[in-house]
Formats: sequence, C-alpha cells, structure tokens
Amino acid sequence: MSLPTILTGGLDRESSWRLADYERRGGYQALRAIFSRPLSPDDVIAEVKKSSLRGRGGAGFPTGLKWSFMPRNLPGEKYLICNSDEGEPGTFKDRDILRWNPHAVIEGMIIGGYATGATRGYNYIHGEIFEVYERFEQALEEARVAGYLGKNILGSEFSFELFAHHGYGAYICGEETALLESIEGKKGQPRYKPPFPASFGLYGRPTTINNTETFANIPWIIGNGGDRFLEMGKANNGGTKIFSVSGHVNRPGNYEIPLGTPFVKLLEMAGGMRAGRKLKACIPGGSSMPVLPGDVMMNCDMDYDSIAKAGSALGSGAVIIMDETTCMVRALERLSYFYFEESCGQCTPCREGTGWLYRVVHRIEHGQGRQSDLDLLTSVADNIAGRTICALGDAAALPVKSFIQHFRDEFAYHIDNRRCLVPVEMQREGSRIYVGEPW
Amino acid sequence: MVEVEIDGKKVEVAEGSTVLKAAQELGIFVPHFCYHKKLSIAANCRMCLVQVEKAPKPAPACATPVAPGMKVWTHSEQAVRAQKGVMEFLLINHPLDCPICDQGGECQLQDLAVGYGNSASRYQEEKRVVLNKNLGPLISTDMTRCIHCTRCVRFGQEIAGIMELGVAGRGEHSEILTFMGRAVSSELSGNVIDLCPVGALTSKPFRFAARTWELARRRTVSPHDSLGATLIAQVKGDEVVRVLPLENEEVNECWIADRDRFSYEALRQPHRLNAPMLKQNGAWTEVDWQTALEYVAHAFRDIAAEHGKDALGFVASPHSTLEELYLMQRLARGLGSENIDFRLRQSDFSLDGVRSGVPWLGMNIAEISRLDGALVIGSFLRKDHPLLCQRLRQIAKRGARITAVHAAQDDWLLPVETFMKVAPSAFPVALLEILKAVCSTTGASPDTQFAAYLESLPVSDEARRIAESLCSARNGALLLGNFAQHHPDAGLLHSLALEIARCAGQLRVGILGEAANSVGGYVAGACPSPGSGGRNARMLWEDPCRAYLLLNAEPRFDCADPAQALSALSNAEHVVVLTPFVGEHGDYADCLLPIAPFTETSGSFVNTEGRVQSFRPVAQALAQSRPGWKVLRVLGNLLSLPEFEFESSEQIRDSLVAGRDVTAQLSNDMGRVDWTMPSAPPGLERVSDIPIYRTDAVVRRASALQACRDGTDPVLRIHPATASEVGLSNKGRARVKQGGAATELSVQLDEGVARGCVRIAAACEASSSLGPMFGPVTVEAC
Repeated sequence: MSLPTILTGGLDRESSWRLADYERRGGYQALRAIFSRPLSPDDVIAEVKKSSLRGRGGAGFPTGLKWSFMPRNLPGEKYLICNSDEGEPGTFKDRDILRWNPHAVIEGMIIGGYATGATRGYNYIHGEIFEVYERFEQALEEARVAGYLGKNILGSEFSFELFAHHGYGAYICGEETALLESIEGKKGQPRYKPPFPASFGLYGRPTTINNTETFANIPWIIGNGGDRFLEMGKANNGGTKIFSVSGHVNRPGNYEIPLGTPFVKLLEMAGGMRAGRKLKACIPGGSSMPVLPGDVMMNCDMDYDSIAKAGSALGSGAVIIMDETTCMVRALERLSYFYFEESCGQCTPCREGTGWLYRVVHRIEHGQGRQSDLDLLTSVADNIAGRTICALGDAAALPVKSFIQHFRDEFAYHIDNRRCLVPVEMQREGSRIYVGEPW
Repeated sequence: MVEVEIDGKKVEVAEGSTVLKAAQELGIFVPHFCYHKKLSIAANCRMCLVQVEKAPKPAPACATPVAPGMKVWTHSEQAVRAQKGVMEFLLINHPLDCPICDQGGECQLQDLAVGYGNSASRYQEEKRVVLNKNLGPLISTDMTRCIHCTRCVRFGQEIAGIMELGVAGRGEHSEILTFMGRAVSSELSGNVIDLCPVGALTSKPFRFAARTWELARRRTVSPHDSLGATLIAQVKGDEVVRVLPLENEEVNECWIADRDRFSYEALRQPHRLNAPMLKQNGAWTEVDWQTALEYVAHAFRDIAAEHGKDALGFVASPHSTLEELYLMQRLARGLGSENIDFRLRQSDFSLDGVRSGVPWLGMNIAEISRLDGALVIGSFLRKDHPLLCQRLRQIAKRGARITAVHAAQDDWLLPVETFMKVAPSAFPVALLEILKAVCSTTGASPDTQFAAYLESLPVSDEARRIAESLCSARNGALLLGNFAQHHPDAGLLHSLALEIARCAGQLRVGILGEAANSVGGYVAGACPSPGSGGRNARMLWEDPCRAYLLLNAEPRFDCADPAQALSALSNAEHVVVLTPFVGEHGDYADCLLPIAPFTETSGSFVNTEGRVQSFRPVAQALAQSRPGWKVLRVLGNLLSLPEFEFESSEQIRDSLVAGRDVTAQLSNDMGRVDWTMPSAPPGLERVSDIPIYRTDAVVRRASALQACRDGTDPVLRIHPATASEVGLSNKGRARVKQGGAATELSVQLDEGVARGCVRIAAACEASSSLGPMFGPVTVEAC
C-alpha cells in the first residue's frame, strides 16, 4: 500500500521541475484561486492555521501563527525568506524539493508574500548545492515570464519580487538571523532576540522566514483546504513530511509519509536494515537532536509530539539509522567535530565548549580517555546548552549528553580497554555501501 | 516606567531598559565583558547571565529588556552556575600569563576570575595560540589573550566610524584582525586599549614600562584641541608613562583622541630644554636662572628705552595656560606695550573691537549631541576636532542632517548630506548663495548690505540643498572651523554665518576653537585692546618689533605666514623664548628659558564651551625647568611691575576669573561692519590644513604619533583637472612658489580638493619655508 503524498507524488524527475509540468499537475491553481475566489490575506492565514502546518526546518513552529506576527499594514519593504540553507548532517530533503519541484516553493512563497504583506522574497540556498541554485534561478525566470512574479501578479493588485541567493556552505547561516546577516553581506552570526525578525529582520524591516518544505506545502493547503491537510496527519501534526533516511538501511533516501506514521513503516519503505542487522540507535531529527536507542525508536510514531515524548525531537526529519556495527564513540566524535567546526564563535560557551567537547571525545576514541571524562563531558555540555544566543550550542550539547546517557557502558568500555566495544572488522563490514558486494 | 524586582529589591526604570541597567540603578553588579554603555549590545560573552522568573534558561542581563513585574536574580544558584560556567570557558584557552601581561592588575578578566573562576582548570587539552597582529605604532597585541568580546570591533564601526578591526574565521578559529595586514589608523584608535577587557590590546609606547599598581593616577587636562578632554596621567617616579581618559560625559565622554593619549612621549628627553641658555657671540651657553632673567629684564628695558615701548612684541601659543597668558599680557602692558597676541594662525582681525564677547562654541559641548542639523564651514573636522566630529557622527546616525562648505573634502566618516566644495576665495560667495536660498525659503529679508550682492547672484543646487536642510532643522547650528578662522576673510565669514542663522530662524552659530586656550586667550586679555593700536598676530610680523618674547610658540609651524615671522625674528635684536623644548629656536633666539609643560605646572585651560578646567602638576618639573607663570612673575618683579606678587597659579586664576562668570563673557555676536566682497585672486590658491599631529609643540615631538600615517610628510594635493591644466602628474614632483619662498613637494591627485586650489599642509617641515596659509601660489612640474 502506498501512502498519500503532497510533495513528491507524480514527479518524474525529468521534467517535473519545469513550469509546464508543474502546471499540468495543477500548479499555480492555488494562487489563481486566491485572486478568483478571492481570498483575503487573513483567509489565507486562517487556512494555514487550520492545517496545523508546523515549520519543517526543525523547530516545528506553527506556520500560520508565525505569519500572523507580520505587521502587514506597515508601509515600506517587508521581506519573506525561504530558508534552503540545509546543512545539518543527515538532512537532504530541501535539495530534492528544489531539484524536482521548485515551482511548489515559488508558488508557496508568492502565497506567503500575499498573506504576510511582504513585497520581496529571497530564497537562501545552501552554498554546496550550486546546481540546485542554478535550477531555481531558471524556475524563477519561468515564473517571471509567465507573470506569476513581478508587478500585478495575474492581473491583481498584488506585486511580489522573488530572488535566489546562495550562501557559501556555513551551517550557522541556516539559523534564521544569521541567514539575514548573510544576505545583508555580513558575517553569518546569529542576532540576539528580541527583537524578532517579524519586527526587525532583513535590513531592519519586518521579515518572515520559513523552510523550503513549509513553503512547498502551502499551495496544496490552499488548493485542498487546511482541514484535508490536517486529516492527512494527526492532530496538531498536520500533513505529510519528508524524511531523509540515511545510514544502515538498504535504500537510503527521501520518503514522504503522513505525520504519525509508525517508524517501522518508514524503515520498511527505506528497504529495512542492511543485512537484516538490528537497529542499535537512531537520531530521528538530524544530528542536533538527541539520539534514541533502537528499541525505543522501533515503538515510535513519526510525528512531532510522539518523538518529543520519546525524548528526542523530529527536527528537520533527518533519520540517521545506526545498526549494531556502529561504534557510538566514533559516531559522537564525528558529530562533535562538526559542531566544533561550524560554531560561529560569537558566544563564549559554544566557541570554547565545542572544541573542548570534541577534543575529549577524540581523546577517548583514541584510547586516551579517563573515566572522569564522561561526567566532564556531560557537565561541559550542560554549561553550553541554553547559554548561547542561538541553538547551535544546544545542538552541540544534546548529542553528547544523549550518547553518554544511552550508551555510557560503551564509552566506559572504550576508556578502560582503549578500543571499541564493536570490533573494528565489524565496523568495516557495516560501513559497506552495498551489502554483499566487495568494497 | 516599568517596575522590576532584582535580587528582592524593587526598582523603576524606563521602558525598554535592560536588566543590566536596572541592576546598575540598584547598585547591583552583574559581571560582564562585552557590554559597554557606549557601544551596541552584542550579548556574546554570556558572562552577565542571570536568572529570570519563569524563563527556562538564564538570560543575558545586558540584552534582556525589562518587563513589568519581572523578577530577576543575579546571584541565585542558577545565575552563578551559569556565570561560573562561562568563566571556565573564557579561561580554558586564555594563556593565564598575568605576571607578564601589561593588563595585569587592571584586567577585568583577572578581577572576575577571582570571583567566578576555579583555582585549577578542568581543561587538560592543548590551549589555542593566536598569532599577534601589527596594528601600527600605537597598539600592541597579544591575541592569544583575546576573549572575542568584539568591543574593539564595535568601537571602530560605531564610534570611530571606520571598521578597521573585524573578526575573521569561525568558532575557535575566530581572530580579531585588520583588513589584509593594514594598520589601525583612526585618530581615536587608542580607545580600543581601554575597551579591551583583557591584555590583548595594550599600549605600544607603554609596553612593559611599569605595572599598574606602581603608578600614581593624577588628573589633568589635554593641552591640544579646544575640547579640553579630561585626562588621567599615570606617573612613575617623575615621569608620565601613560595617559588615560578621565570620564567626563559633558566633555569627552569616556574617549580621548590618540593625540591626547600618546603626546606625553614628547615630555621626556631628548626633547627637553634642561637649563636657561644664552647666546653669546653666536654660541649657546648654559646659565643660571638669575643671570638669564636679569639678562631678559635688561634687554627689554633697554629696547623700550632706546626704541620706545612699541618695539616690544609678545607672542603666545594658544596652547599655553590661562595663567601664563594672563601674566604675559600683564607683563606686556606693564612694560607699556599692546603688541601681544595668541591667535597666531589667524590672518583677519577685522572683528577686533566689533565682537560682543569672546568667540566660542555657542553652546555646551553636550548640546552638540542634541542638534538635528549642522552646517560645518571651513573645517578639517575629523582631524582638527576628533571628538567633536565623533559627536556629530552619533547625531548623524540618529538622523541629524550634516552639511559642509569647505575647500577640501576629506572623509569625515559620517554621512555629509551636501558638501559644497569651493576655493577659499569663493567662501563668501558660497555663504551668500546659501543666504539667498535661505531667505527665499523662509521669506526673511537679508541685511541691506548683503541684499545688494544677492540680487543677481546665481544659487547653486548645493547651496539650495544646504539651505533646505538648515531651514528644516529645529535645533540646528552653523559651526565655523579652524580653516574658517584662519581664512583671510574670517570676519566676513563669521558675519555671514550669523546672517544665515538669523534668516533661517534661530540657528546657533558656533566657533570650533582651535586650541586648548583659544577661548582662554581672550579671557586672559592676551590680544591688543581695541583702539590701542597694539599689533595683532599679523602686524607683529608685518611691522617687526625690536625684541620678541615667545611663549610656547614655534613661529616656523605655528604662524599664519612662517616666512614672514621668521624674517621678523631673525632681524630682531632680542628674541626670548619660554619653551619646554630644545631644537627649534636656535637660529633667531638669544635667550631660551626652560618652562614646564602642562604636566609639570599647575594652570587652567578654558575650553571651547567656556569651561574653566584647572589642573595640578602631575610630575616634578624636569631639570631646571620652572612653571611658566613663575618665570613670568619673577620677570615682572625684576622689571618692578606693580601687582606682580602672585604666590600660586590659583591666585592668578582667581584674580582673573573668580567671582566672574566666564560664560557671561562669551558671545559670537558682533556690531555692524561694512563689508566689501573680496575678489578672487588670479591663478592657483593655497589651501592649508594643520595635520593632526603637527598642531602644537608637544604633539610634534611625540615619536609614536609621528610614526603613524597622519605623521607622514605632507604632499601637494591637487584636483586631477587642475593638475592637468598646470601640467602636474600623480606621484610626480612639483616646485611650489609663494612670493619669494619656494619648496619642492611630491604630487598627489585628489578629487577632494576644490578646483583651482593646491592643498599643502602647514606646520610641517616640508612646507615651513613657504609663505601664508592662504592666497596665491604657483606650481610647476620639476
């Protein structure tokens, strides 16, 4: 049985990114409907609120509520920003949305601009997916030529300009205020909030920022109604969600499922565990979220509330699967190194703490650990979490704390025996990309 | 107002205040590093984390706005745990090299580590090392100590107006550095040394000279520009080894210019004159004070007897103290001479006897920060008045409209809405244009003597825009800079400024005083009395005297026309110089008397807003130097002048200003003068600036400042179009002639210079052989 889809259904991945193909699939009908019915901006926001669409970038903030914060009637420029700076390890959904279905994002942004009163939009695209940026530029040009963008869209009073902007691959620029700084041409460093972007955003003007997937859902919601969207998922968790499944599964990739679908089902869609091995651990929402042990994960449903109840978060929907061939110390070392490298360096705890965490984990992995290191790591992580301007500090601290919490014995073994609990040969076996083929 | 409760104490603060501010109101100290009251809030050091009721995590006090009924704990368990956690992070990569750090003993990190740090570190890994940067001759770096508070970066962007320092790299690899190996060259750069909460940025001239606890901290006042920045001189033994700002919100806020901070280097050997010197048969010999003073008394008495009292000339630098200037004029008048002046770079004295009072800023310095519009006329604002320029920069940021009329456009690092660039001789016409535009906006009728000129005068767009911005100001001012005061038509410019102010509707007119005692000189009466026929600063040289007494003045650099001054001096029979320094007067003087510079004497400066600021000596007078007022007093006694029995500088000051309101003497108004409009001279005109580190005898000898970019030799700057007319090319050499004087300079094309002008700095070695600061000049390629 195939599950219902909103974003990925019916895409041939050949011409699906073209305007003609998108229109054939019913594209830009939602936008036309807004002007023909007509729907006021308040109607649009009400519909989005009804859908219970929650931000797909990681924080899960209700989109309709966010849009209602915009001072729509304030004169002057207001901005709408799409955050396609997808840089979290394990996450690769926005890239595919932009690659195969860019017009859904464009249409979603136009509708978003209409609802929030924004005059100008930017899509900030991660610097390491340059071909996607180029494709998006082409899609924008198609939309401009067809009159979906620019002055008096579809003959209405509404005007909206949309531009693509590509970053240079800094993870921190995915933080919304760092992203604003980056668009302004400054160093990508998060701003202290308040003031929030809705009152003081890009160039000091009111600004709304949403994730690519969030925008891509908007046309469907307007076209089919918020109620139907909500029905596809479960209460407070409307619609479908794309999960980027990576790691020790047979068919890693993006899978769109209704929120609330059991994890087991998702795992099955991804081809199941490689070589029939057992699930050891899973990070259900991208590398910045706490890791969950395999048995906890197997009983989870994939929606914001269920995962939160299990002790992690759905985040951006990056499901990192680790089977029993994984050395958890080594996995944590790699994660800690990422945050050490990607910290912007602005706040003391994150700048100094991420390096400290990485160095200690690195030491343990290389047989130089001490038993006291485990409490030290937890304590340092505690001193980082919640003490910084943005959430990168928490993102660096949470994996460390959860890895030690759930796999403390394995860390202790590593320290005492100066080697992995999982034999190295077994780790190598597990890392083979295609089971059964020589590497 | 919002009521909040901090540590159980209630306080009312203005809406929008931060928790840190509210805590300060209550006298509660919240530890912090990146926060600074004059800088924007960065909230990046995280040291000021406090517990806020109902907040899930600690919040930075510096950035958290107060809310009604908010409850905050700054020393609760949660708050202190957070603060200690941050301190641990700050220290893990800090070298902890306090024993060899210049900041040791006055370091915020060191102080707070006592309260919030552990005695041993849990950090066992390798520490970070950061390479030092060369920031130029003033600031020394130890970048490993940096805690990335970014105060220095924000200072550059927000206060100095130029981002010379920035953070490069991310995370642990973040470093403070300049753009591509450039040095820091802002005239306010030294303030980052004070701002740096650790020993990463320290004073280069002071490096390793002393530990802070060995130093006495003594208050004094800057002797350079007319702002009168209040200073703390730090003294070891009898030597000033460092100068810091003394916070004074109404004058210098918490900043000082580099000129104030680093000029103390000039007060040492080998610059100082050790003992009185007499030139006999062409050779200099050291003599005792008695001999020297008797020699001077005899010489002056003889000249007066032989050639009349009018043969004596008295020339004082406006950087002298009020007391010195006062005794100098008492001496002159006691000897029967009215030939005395301190306005050495001025060339137009037409307002003498017409002024209603002492020319001044026209407002308090702090009021500049409340202006919403200003027209700056004839000023190299940024270099002439670094801190006044900073105040204008802040108001411009808040939307005040700044406009300018000047002959050379330098970057003031603030948005100048309209810059009217005209040759000096066209200044009066430019102001007339503005006057005409103002009158047509407001409907005011101009004074009849100007009205005649206005009728057929075409008004340029720039003048119209300036007029529009002046008329729209509710609290605006016209500010006349040093250049406008040096201008050969200074009186006319002043008069036109008053007329524009009147017609635009109650604008203020301010004179940006040039030197520490530009106001004080008038208060002391150190210029000829109106109608006395005494020679002013121009006539003193034009109509030479037989004998001169120079007080702190170095005519080669300090006068409007150095060539003329030097010729008058070398033809005089006697030239007596009261100076702290050697090396300048050897050719023409016959007696040198070592007097104490500002750090070694008591005295007063009256700043441009009329604030009398007295100071005590901060160090013993070097060698045989004596305070100038004492020397003048004894000289008065030797000449048997009446009422010269002063026992202290305070007594002198009090006899001059006590019980008399100095501010009541201040006025920029004037009686009526019938002006004739000057005609433009044919050919090229000279435009002269006084480079920031050439203004006075002290700063000219400060070695670190001279090594800065602002201390480099002047070049001839000329507009490219004018250059091609006279056949000059960029980087080429040019021969400059002014009357009989000539010199050679290298050429730099500069679109900022008005057409038909040549910009040659005055007060510099390379241009000291030239003539007046204004007027015709010829150049040719060589």
